[in-house]
Amino acid sequence: MINTNQVGNSELVAAGPAIIKRLSRSLQHRWKSIVIFIPYFWLFLFFLTPFFIVFKISLAEPAIASPPFLPMIEWADEGILRIKLVFENFVYLWEDDLYFKTYLNSLKISSISTLLCLLLGYPMAYAIVRARHPYKHILLMFIILPFWIPFLLRVYSLMGLLADRGTINNLLIYLGFIDEPIRLLYAPFAVYVGIVYTYLPFMILPLYANMEKLDASLREAAADLGARPVATFITVTLPLTTPGIIAGSLLVFIPATGEFIIPDLLGGGNVLMIGRLLWDEFTANHDWPVASAVAIILCIVLVLPMMLYQRTQGKQVED
Amino acid sequence: MHNTGQRSRFLITVTCFGLAFLYIPMALLVFYSFNYSKIVPVWGGFSTRWYTKLFESEEVWSAVILSFKIATVTACFATLMGTLAGLALVRFGQFKGRTLFTGMITAPLVMPEVITGLSLLLLFITLGDLIGWPERRGFTTITIAHITFSMAYVAIIIQSRLAGMAQDLEEAAQDLGAKPFRVLIDITVPLIAPGMVAGWLLSFTLSLDDLVIASFVTGPGAVTLPILIYSRVRLGLRPDINALATIFIIVVATAAFVAWWIMLRQQKKRELEMQMSSEEG
Amino acid sequence: MDPDQQPFIKIQSLSKHFGSFTAVDSVDLEIYKGELFSLLGASGCGKTTLLRMLAGFETPSSGTIHIDGVDMTDVPPYERPVNMMFQSYALFPHMSVEQNVAYGLHRDGIDKQAIKTRVEDMLAMVELTDFRKRKPHQLSGGQKQRVALARSLVKQPKVLLLDEPLAALDKRLRENTQFELMKIQDQLGVTFIVVTHDQEEAMTLSTRIAMMDAGRFIQIGTPIEIYEFPESRLVANFIGNTNMFEGRVTENGVDHIVVQSKQPACEFFIDHGISIQEGTRVWVAIRPEKFRISKSAPESGQTNQMKGVIDDIGYLGKLSIYRVRIGDDKIIQITSPNLSRPKHGESLLDWSDEIYLSWDASSVVVLTK
Repeated sequence: MINTNQVGNSELVAAGPAIIKRLSRSLQHRWKSIVIFIPYFWLFLFFLTPFFIVFKISLAEPAIASPPFLPMIEWADEGILRIKLVFENFVYLWEDDLYFKTYLNSLKISSISTLLCLLLGYPMAYAIVRARHPYKHILLMFIILPFWIPFLLRVYSLMGLLADRGTINNLLIYLGFIDEPIRLLYAPFAVYVGIVYTYLPFMILPLYANMEKLDASLREAAADLGARPVATFITVTLPLTTPGIIAGSLLVFIPATGEFIIPDLLGGGNVLMIGRLLWDEFTANHDWPVASAVAIILCIVLVLPMMLYQRTQGKQVED
Repeated sequence: MHNTGQRSRFLITVTCFGLAFLYIPMALLVFYSFNYSKIVPVWGGFSTRWYTKLFESEEVWSAVILSFKIATVTACFATLMGTLAGLALVRFGQFKGRTLFTGMITAPLVMPEVITGLSLLLLFITLGDLIGWPERRGFTTITIAHITFSMAYVAIIIQSRLAGMAQDLEEAAQDLGAKPFRVLIDITVPLIAPGMVAGWLLSFTLSLDDLVIASFVTGPGAVTLPILIYSRVRLGLRPDINALATIFIIVVATAAFVAWWIMLRQQKKRELEMQMSSEEG
Repeated sequence: MDPDQQPFIKIQSLSKHFGSFTAVDSVDLEIYKGELFSLLGASGCGKTTLLRMLAGFETPSSGTIHIDGVDMTDVPPYERPVNMMFQSYALFPHMSVEQNVAYGLHRDGIDKQAIKTRVEDMLAMVELTDFRKRKPHQLSGGQKQRVALARSLVKQPKVLLLDEPLAALDKRLRENTQFELMKIQDQLGVTFIVVTHDQEEAMTLSTRIAMMDAGRFIQIGTPIEIYEFPESRLVANFIGNTNMFEGRVTENGVDHIVVQSKQPACEFFIDHGISIQEGTRVWVAIRPEKFRISKSAPESGQTNQMKGVIDDIGYLGKLSIYRVRIGDDKIIQITSPNLSRPKHGESLLDWSDEIYLSWDASSVVVLTK
């Protein structure tokens, strides 16, 4: 008896360090799980779940109640779970051409603004890349600086410029070009100006990053092989900056499509955009299911292409 | 030669136009903030009365305090969680649900604000009905919403910094006897610290900047600065908002100048050091 | 080497797969204490993966690693008595030279005073005492290399792993550092395992070399064995230059064999004791420096000689490289020391000269694979 006990003890003593080692190793493992778990859980709760709730409500039946929709899952009399899905909201969006027009209008406004940003931003990015040393950083800072000034105040600064009695109209009247103020604010024009104004840095920075990486000797090689500047630009610079053009365009196009502040403050009641429609549907009309359906469709139109784009980008990098 | 000159003249013209476009509205904003007249674009003589009015407004002060409180808490939590997420993405290889995780990190970046705001509001309402939390919306709900989208930005910053950083350094520390957690503290964190600072500042700005999401998830009494500004400028130009904007512009410009100056000095110092070491061979 | 000696590092049927790719394919290896052992191969041959498994950064898919009799297969890197010098040096950019070197000792919980002395000794050995307060970005390439070496040696590891230790240095510095490394290894008696793709580096540094290809060892031996007695065409081609002739064994004598090649038609007489069955397809390899070059026909009968035309000459000072055309399309390379000084304005051999090549029967290597 005693003997076996002793053997057991010594085995235990021998096994001690091994057990501690294993424990600490499993802690090392756990520690990683905790690092992953915290942000994972947060995003799951506050990003993914809300999204499913929106999806759920978009399939619910509107009602005048609080919350303003009928429950989807009901216990029927026989104790059978009855799930009621209503695609009515989506049908409604399809049938009422207000929504269709608004979506189209949003896409139109954001694509034209994106193009304008590109036309203005591309030469600017190119100029910054080619600027000499101290000027380069100063120029870059001037491009980044507006990021740190609140968006709302930047949009507001345009109101002062474009208003009926704003700086531009005052100046034109003073110079005698016009007698009556022309309508700049609360018109589509102001929305275009607003988007280009606020999103221009988003276009310039990715383009700059892309061009900066381009080897200057490529341009020189093209010139050496007999390409004139225009030919060099079209055959070398432009194709190689396509990734920057795509990245910058997406950075402008995506948020511009869902934009709420700019159409609201600069477009007045005359410019329909989907972000504003959603807001009105939710707050003014109190129609949660339709607002949710609008959100779901906006997601499909905007977010899915973006995710797919990132996918292909990721794959290209892997290759 | 002739051609090059023409081309750079074109570039300079466009750049000047672009910068003028970016800065003239703001310059005018500052200019009219010192206008005595109540009607913004009509000059009525120099005055600082809108600044006085702004500083005397209790409404403005409480909005500023609330917004800064939210921005500070947001920045700290978003930096912490964004860093964890960035670490998980780059350094932990494959783990269960990685694809979903990556999706959840990148989606907030492309999600229109109206959708984020709407969905979070609906979540808070649902949770309120189910478990009685949050009892009322305001500081907490806005902060949660801001952390959610800010941490995605932080995660991307940390991810790109870590991805650019060779894993060698961490392996070297392990090789010299440091356990994984020790490696994190001794090597990884000091090296991503600049990214964390950038992430903190970005989160702070994003939070301070947000109107749409805060409007959705706020409750009675919780008026953030953007909500206050929005409620005022909706109805047209307001000289006191010009004054507020001017203060922002001055603060940002000063900070940018200081940052630029520090950077310049550091660069010079580094260049000097490089020279020294190359001379010694 | 003492034949009774126990292997210090013992690798048994070690494999590593990355998905469907096999980086290391069931290798066995024994390395003895105090050796300076090189893993040599082209990039992608699996040498770095093998080194990383020794350091503990990669977990083997199968097989075992024993170091000094202890199974290390599943031991994490921070618990192994092994240190590594990284190709990039991996110096911590936010720590000074001193802090970098002391880092490993701090992790072992050694008392502060002892750490200080050991770090000082180490820095003195690599002649960096004056630079101890510098940050890595303030050092030159050679200094960084020495800090990395000091940092990995200060823990007195049983084995030091070096991943391309000299690749980032320029040529002149590299030669000096090679000898410095050998000196330090000799002083400390630590077992070194060096990964390199540079055959000259492997030849000068090592006591033994393992040639790797596609995750397997194709030959293990001393530098001389690898160079003079390659076992396959792969090894012969990778190490130095070689001229290869394909042929068949026509005679399998008691102490010699004769190989007949078709293009160019030539008979090779090989007298070192090998025996290969008649009719076997073989490759005959002759190193460029083994040829004798002459303008008149050598006396030694029909075998072990060829006639050719000089196609190109590269004059390198101490020696010259000749490219000699044999027959229509076979070009072989020969190096010949410039033993005597030619008369001014002349050279001993010239373009388009017809010359004879001959070699010793013992200089020829016969390869069957």
